[in-house]
Amino acid sequence: MTLTTERPVAKTPPATWRTRLQGPAVFATVAVLALVVAPLLLEPFRLGLLAKYLVYAIVALGIGLAWGQGGMLVLGQGVFFGLGGYAMGMHLKLVEAQGDLPDFMVWSGVEQLPALWEPFANPVFALAMVVLAPMALATALGALVFRQRVRGAYFAILTQALAAAFVILLIGQQGLTGGTNGLTNFFELFGQDLALDETQRVLYIVVAVVLGLLYLGARQLVNSRFGRLLVAVRDGEDRVRFLGYNPATVKTVTFAISAGMAGLAGALFVPVVGIISPALLGVVPSLELVVAVAVGGRFALAGAVLGAVVMGYAKTTFSEQFAGGWLYLQGALFILVMTLAPRGIAGLLRRRRKETR
Amino acid sequence: MEGFLNQLPIGLSIGAVLLLIALGLTFTFGQMGVINMAHGEFIMAGAYTAYLLQGWTGRAAVLVALPVAFVVAGALGLILERLAIRHFYGRPLDTLLLTWGVSLVLQQLARDLFGAPNVQVQAPEWLQGGPGIMPYSRMFILALAIGSVVAVWAYLNRTGQGRRMQAVMQNRRLAATSGIDTGRVDMRTFFIGSGLAGVAGVALTLIGPVGPALGTYYIVDAFLVVVAGGLGQLRGAVIAAAALGLLNSFAEFWTDASLAKVIVFVAIVGFLQFRPQGLFVLKSRALT
Repeated sequence: MTLTTERPVAKTPPATWRTRLQGPAVFATVAVLALVVAPLLLEPFRLGLLAKYLVYAIVALGIGLAWGQGGMLVLGQGVFFGLGGYAMGMHLKLVEAQGDLPDFMVWSGVEQLPALWEPFANPVFALAMVVLAPMALATALGALVFRQRVRGAYFAILTQALAAAFVILLIGQQGLTGGTNGLTNFFELFGQDLALDETQRVLYIVVAVVLGLLYLGARQLVNSRFGRLLVAVRDGEDRVRFLGYNPATVKTVTFAISAGMAGLAGALFVPVVGIISPALLGVVPSLELVVAVAVGGRFALAGAVLGAVVMGYAKTTFSEQFAGGWLYLQGALFILVMTLAPRGIAGLLRRRRKETR
Repeated sequence: MEGFLNQLPIGLSIGAVLLLIALGLTFTFGQMGVINMAHGEFIMAGAYTAYLLQGWTGRAAVLVALPVAFVVAGALGLILERLAIRHFYGRPLDTLLLTWGVSLVLQQLARDLFGAPNVQVQAPEWLQGGPGIMPYSRMFILALAIGSVVAVWAYLNRTGQGRRMQAVMQNRRLAATSGIDTGRVDMRTFFIGSGLAGVAGVALTLIGPVGPALGTYYIVDAFLVVVAGGLGQLRGAVIAAAALGLLNSFAEFWTDASLAKVIVFVAIVGFLQFRPQGLFVLKSRALT
């Protein structure tokens, strides 16, 4: 079976001072827009929505890294998002309960705090778990699977099955996880009232800054030796192996990084949106983000971020106006993008830039 | 002990349904490298066919529905293959996302046509009841799966079309060079594979209600069957489907429903440590 026929050719244009400044200039403009203009212009409700899109953009960045650069189609990022989200949610619940049991546990008849919950009362532990738990799971799965050279579609299917199993597990363990309802009713974060517009604005800034830093970090990674190796693994895993590298290690590390990003996004999602529940993490939400990355352009990290924001905005706007129509539109959009522009918006932009030059 | 024994027919019939679904997937995946997420919606199409036909045909409803569902789902598959998928050969991950878009549209279409709530298909009288722990309906599903496997086996090994299909699966280019019209073979494979999903849909109406999201409950497990059984392998699919069905229902019995899926997942990852390409492997010299 031939796996990849389509290989983006890396044609770097000659680096004049204009092309060299273009990237940083765009980044700076976007940063000013996101950090200064948006908080000033948008009303709190819209700003909250934008914060949510940016949270999803963090997950998308991880998908762009794993799928676009590394060729690993990850269909279960919802799992890692969920691990981060639940770690954060558990901490907030415990702080609010102030030594008592969280409300939903009382409702489902749990009498003593489960041992799994206890350490999450400690903020440092909870914050560490936000990133470490997803990375540990991804490392374990990646090490087991990539070592055996399970890849491509097989890997995609496995991650999807993981997402399916994770959601069923969360729903089933009512007393431990809040079941279908998940964790909700959060009132404060590190002593700050979450209902205040001011808190939400600060949260938005935090999300935007985290996204910006992760983007810069991911770019640095892609441009490093490791990044070159990652792309090489995507395009010719066997050749990389023949050259003496171990593709399994490269892939596992990348998969773990993308999982860590998803976990961090999950933790930010909880105070921004105020809920974490199985419906947000399953097969469909995980796939939706992959779709967003495809629409934005999977081979460019900025494309992934752009795709998440655009698709998030489109979803809110269209499902407000006609609920069922959104699914048609999403399906149709997706078929069109995959058929006509497999490199997404970023690919289209890049092509235009080449033509106009 | 009785509860334990009760799981056996449940596990076997779930395995039988998974097998019917996975048969189509394993051949489209093995032959064309296509991951068809819309396969689940062909199951749903088959189930709704049975629902629409039940008012018209009375006692023989299921027997009429089977061939009709086969053709309906098969035709849907053929349309999908001709319109979209054939442009994507050699890009398995892209087909996955493309067909997922198709599956979204089909689900919403079903919701608009038949309504969001589940509908019930009444099993004919001669399938109700049954001796002891093994209801007739589950026996029927088992027989249906066995019949389909025999039919597919015979098609693959005893007809010219089937042999050409095997040739394309083993080496597409060589088959094309030998004068086989691979495009036609692909169309047939897709028709038969999708048709079997329709048959699985009819079988599912005997177990439970029918809804627009019916396919999504089975598609992930069916893909796991393909992964565990090996691409394009009839024997592998049979064994893996039975094992997965039984493991699932016994795991549900021993622990609880929410842990069963996790156990199945861990079992599959564990299994891949010994057989990374599934139970049976198509021997090939291709380096991929």
